[in-house]
Amino acid sequence: MSDDASIGLDVQPTEALPLDAWHRARGGRMVEFAGYWLPIQYDGIIAEHLWTRESAGLFDVSHMGQLQVSGPNAAAELEKILPGDVIGLKAGKVRYSLLLDENGGILDDLMVTNAGDHLFLIVNGACKWDDIAHLREFLPDEIHLHYQDEHALLALQGPKAVDALARLGLVPAAEGAPAVEGLRFMEAAPYLWGERPLGISRSGYTGEDGFEISVHADDAEALADALTAQPEVKPIGLGARDSLRLEAGLPLYGHDLHPGVSVIAAGLGFAVSKRRRTEGGFLGDARVMAELLGAPAQVRVGLTLDGRLPAREGAAIHAGETQVGTVTSGGFAPSIGAPIAMGWVDAAHAATGTPLTIEVRGKHLTAKVAAMPFVPHRYVRRGATT
Amino acid sequence: MSRYFTDEHEWIDVSGDIATVGITDYAQEQLGDIVFVELPAEGKVFAKGDDAAVVESVKAASDVYAPISGEVVEANGALEDEPALVNSDAEEDGWFFKLRLTDTSELDELMDEAAYKEFVANL
Repeated sequence: MSDDASIGLDVQPTEALPLDAWHRARGGRMVEFAGYWLPIQYDGIIAEHLWTRESAGLFDVSHMGQLQVSGPNAAAELEKILPGDVIGLKAGKVRYSLLLDENGGILDDLMVTNAGDHLFLIVNGACKWDDIAHLREFLPDEIHLHYQDEHALLALQGPKAVDALARLGLVPAAEGAPAVEGLRFMEAAPYLWGERPLGISRSGYTGEDGFEISVHADDAEALADALTAQPEVKPIGLGARDSLRLEAGLPLYGHDLHPGVSVIAAGLGFAVSKRRRTEGGFLGDARVMAELLGAPAQVRVGLTLDGRLPAREGAAIHAGETQVGTVTSGGFAPSIGAPIAMGWVDAAHAATGTPLTIEVRGKHLTAKVAAMPFVPHRYVRRGATT
Repeated sequence: MSRYFTDEHEWIDVSGDIATVGITDYAQEQLGDIVFVELPAEGKVFAKGDDAAVVESVKAASDVYAPISGEVVEANGALEDEPALVNSDAEEDGWFFKLRLTDTSELDELMDEAAYKEFVANL
């Protein structure tokens, strides 16, 4: 390669998000992540992780893509791309779905909300530009796709998140919307915080009860201040976000999920709604429908390890002498006090309790296939007694 | 006893021909919560720069290199039960291993405390 070859490379400078200065002023250690500066930690990953499980943590997830889809028959048009039931998604409801390519490969996972006059998608930060291009390619021209890059996204997670958020005095801004503490898991509504509009869903990626709050960039600092002024709430970095989601058994796109894996073998069959399973009519439907009938060669499993040495992404999983899989996420689980991992293993070795070994620096660590989540989910669901 | 430092953020206390090696407070701060330390076996012989130990923080594994050539005479067993000692007391009780030095002239290439402080200040 010649010296000037790099001039043509698509290298974007790392960008600042709306809360950049806010994190730095509070001692957040900033790292480059998905093209942005975000805090990896404040006080330390273990302390932040445990605080979120016991109380409430505020996470800046403004790197994620917030997309509005609107126009004639937007739900039906989106169903031609996503395998979920979008037409049947009632106003104020949120659903987990997948962005698939024409071959059924997973391009991203996402949340879709019926926001009444539009559909609201939250996609992963690292994939958002490709996701937008993919959606634009397959959506008809009359469907409007707007990337709300003028909005920050905050996640308030933990058992006391509801107490802290309820204290802000938010006023529902849609007909029939409940007070914010009246939302249940996977429900969403617009609110007013004084004059400031907020879009709030009761959802998250830690396994805890909690909320995700879309806020205009101009109001993000004031909201982060108001939330962290509550005694229950501390700011939490990306490090604890990853350990929390791993304990919750939730896959991370780009690590546990990628275009090569099967939706069904990934354990994401629930994202392919019942009606869509028989009707098809979404990108990649042939592969997904065949996978529903067949037996997958490899499946995504949880793994617990003996000892204290963590196994990381890329570590080989063995049954006896034979490699039967690979770790795709792994680390130390603060709430368990031991290492855990997620990985893909041959179906014959995927039953819960199957003894396996994981190779780390030439050592074979004793491991076992474990049921996920590793730490029970504590979502507050509609219909459940609380 | 004199204390030396490397640009890989290790400290080395030398007493006679025995060197005690650990990572600096700056290094533990950068690594974050340490959950496991893999230490070398007694009798292992290192050339300067060899992989000598591995520090596992919550987020990643990091190699620790032998800052100087020598034979391992002791590893800090306390880190097996309490790896967080490296966070709480990196430059004393959180030491990693002791080496019997094979070439004391290698010490001349290392930094003293003042030089290391300046090195860190410029990072």
